Amino acid sequence: MLDVTGLNSFYAKAHILNDLAFKVERGDVVALLGRNGAGKTTTMKSIMQLVRPKSGTVTFEGTEITGQPSHRVARMGIGYVPEERRIFTDLTILENLEVGRQDKREGAPEWTVEALFELFPNLYERRHNRGKAMSGGEQQMLTIARTLMGNPKLLLLDEPSEGIAPVIVEQMAKTILSFKKEGLTVLISEQNLHFARMVADRAVIIEGGEKKFDGTFAELEDHPEIRDAYLSV
Amino acid sequence: MGLLVAQLLTGLANAAALFLVASGLSLIFGVTRIVNFAHGSFYMLGAYFGVSLMDHLTGGFGFWTSIVLAGLIVGLIGVVVEILVLRPIYRAPELFQLVATFGVILVIQDLTLMIWGAEDQMGPRAPGLKSVVRIMGEPVPQYDLALIAITPFILFALWWLISRTRVGILVRAATQDREMVGALGVNQSWLFTGVFFLGSTLAGLGGAIQLPKGGADLLMDLNIISAVFVVVVIGGMGSILGAFVASVLISVLNVFGVAYIPQSTLVLMYVVMAVVLLVRPYGLFGREEKAGEHGQVGEPDRPIRPAGTLGKSLVALLIAVLALVPLYGGNFTQVLITDILIFCLFAASLQFMLSVGGLVSFGHAAYFGGGAYAAALLVTYADTPMELAFLFAPLAAGLLAIVFGWFCIRLSGVYFAMLTLAFSQLVWSLVFQWYDVTGGDDGLVNIWPAAWLSGTTAYYYFTLIVGIGGIILLRHITHAPFGYALRATRDSARQAEATGINVKLVQWTAFATAGAMAGLAGGLFVFSKGSVFPNELEISKSFDALIVVFLGGVKTLSGGVVGAAFMESVKDWLTRLEYWRLILGLLIIFVVIIAPEGIVGTLRKAAERVGLRRTEEFMR
Repeated sequence: MLDVTGLNSFYAKAHILNDLAFKVERGDVVALLGRNGAGKTTTMKSIMQLVRPKSGTVTFEGTEITGQPSHRVARMGIGYVPEERRIFTDLTILENLEVGRQDKREGAPEWTVEALFELFPNLYERRHNRGKAMSGGEQQMLTIARTLMGNPKLLLLDEPSEGIAPVIVEQMAKTILSFKKEGLTVLISEQNLHFARMVADRAVIIEGGEKKFDGTFAELEDHPEIRDAYLSV
Repeated sequence: MGLLVAQLLTGLANAAALFLVASGLSLIFGVTRIVNFAHGSFYMLGAYFGVSLMDHLTGGFGFWTSIVLAGLIVGLIGVVVEILVLRPIYRAPELFQLVATFGVILVIQDLTLMIWGAEDQMGPRAPGLKSVVRIMGEPVPQYDLALIAITPFILFALWWLISRTRVGILVRAATQDREMVGALGVNQSWLFTGVFFLGSTLAGLGGAIQLPKGGADLLMDLNIISAVFVVVVIGGMGSILGAFVASVLISVLNVFGVAYIPQSTLVLMYVVMAVVLLVRPYGLFGREEKAGEHGQVGEPDRPIRPAGTLGKSLVALLIAVLALVPLYGGNFTQVLITDILIFCLFAASLQFMLSVGGLVSFGHAAYFGGGAYAAALLVTYADTPMELAFLFAPLAAGLLAIVFGWFCIRLSGVYFAMLTLAFSQLVWSLVFQWYDVTGGDDGLVNIWPAAWLSGTTAYYYFTLIVGIGGIILLRHITHAPFGYALRATRDSARQAEATGINVKLVQWTAFATAGAMAGLAGGLFVFSKGSVFPNELEISKSFDALIVVFLGGVKTLSGGVVGAAFMESVKDWLTRLEYWRLILGLLIIFVVIIAPEGIVGTLRKAAERVGLRRTEEFMR
């Protein structure tokens, strides 16, 4: 479904991604693992074209999306949940959801405001409140719900477990597994190996913008040296 | 009592046009983050199109149709401007956008002159609303009452659009984080264009709707823009309700000001603004602007370093050539070079705070003109010897900058720029309206240099020494530890603060230094011309400095000086052409879009490309 090949991205003069290549198959949940500064967020942004890769290609369902404007990438069915969440704090929760709304899409689970409120009851209770003064967990739920309003085929989740309470993390894992059941493909970036193992089928480990490992979690178990070298456990 | 009510009603009626224009500007700024200086030009175009349309469409229906059509036409012109001029530079630093919109002002001015001619156009009276109504014995024009009735509907319609429709939700979301709105699948380009259309339409409507009260003339654009900025800053950038409240406030204040203290009408507006900003730095309904909220824009600045041996020898050679000019150049050449040197010092002082300090001032003329007036006032009223009065110019300008700077540095970004503009307008209006002391429009004359400096050649050498001395001093400060600290505050105020730099103090000092050096230029100016007029304090004077810094290269150290030398040299030739504004405006827009590095930056790049100059370590 998503095919990343030979990706090189820069921030100003800093070389962040180095010939990065990996694939995400339809229906899979893939975890992009690595330490702080390994290039996870840049990978997400490069897929979304929020960072323009210098070279390499990103192909989504056979169409090359490199060089397209971000809104068109979103319109093709890639939903992006940024690490910093980026809630519109001046807008109410309902209005935040409205910003993300897109028409329903062939081959993607369809979401409505009602369905999302069922999934995240906390949001329903505060639907007329502004995005300010929400807890980290609530903000994360709102960001995910806002992106789901676009009925994406592929969901990019950038460090969803960061900065939220452990109880909520478990709940989040269940939610992500339910997305998988609905037929959504997910690329999730994580530092938390435990969390990633709960939700993902496969792991891609990066360090310094280069791919160091690509395989199942069972395969990763057989190579503890990789885990020790590139992940902080 | 009756008179009071009548005046209040006049004020409310005047608020209608002001609110239309201000709400449009606020809306455009909120979403695109562009301070559209050309917004006053859209207002002017609305008036001219209104007049022409009303010639053909008669009767009550024709009158109101003309107003709506004029608004829509201006809206479409706004779209053309947005697509051709602004779209290519949305990611550029805000100064670039500002300068581009200033280019648009010049272009529209000359196009309007070409189409409608130089004569003022009378606005037709509104059919069916030509007479007056007596309210408590006082005559109130019917049209005023109509305007008062219409304005709330416009406010309501805008409020409904912004808070109740999907478009409004997207606009508000984009005001906060436009990149995220894009990542959620909304095409920002069309959102921007749409907002620009709406904002320009509102300005056009404002211009057309005031026709029965004011008519149309070529000065409307700059006349309204400062009032509109005051309104938008008082109300809070991006707030429609704020624009409404502030429009009413300013208009009513103006009417009462004219009636009771006629000398202070212009001053009053800026005083109110300064007071509001003191209490609420982001306006009555504005939201706090966090630094870096909208992301770092553009490439990081390249480090600057002192000139090498080659550079120093070239400058020495240039100075030597300049010193020899009186030997072979005539009077005309010497006067021209004197003017150029003065302008170079003025531009260098702006560049010091703008490029090195990152403090974008829209009102630098206040210190140039302020210095000139300070010296001139001393000579006129105290018969002060020229030498003393001359020294007083940078001193007075520096003091002025210390006072104004204290207010300004509390703000940042656009609000900082707006406040500097407001203060310079305050000084201008004070000089312009305080006729008894400053001579108002007649200026102060007979301000000549001392005997030993009189004569073109003597004054030429005096300017050469002081002017180049000032420029070198500014460069020296830039490369001194203070300059390092200043650059640190520009690149990251928080990081600098954490390093132990007193950011506000450093900025304040830079502000005062730049002001004093501009005052020095003003002192040189007044004694070279023998007179000074309020136009040395005008907005356009501040813009002249901004434009030359820009043409020369904002991100270079010598850009201001080079740009000023270039502009002053061609100005004489350029202004002789009939449509010179059009040419200059197009040139500015061209430079912004095609060669944003300016003259110096472009030359440097070319030199690097052909290998004349080494590429900076950091650029590789």
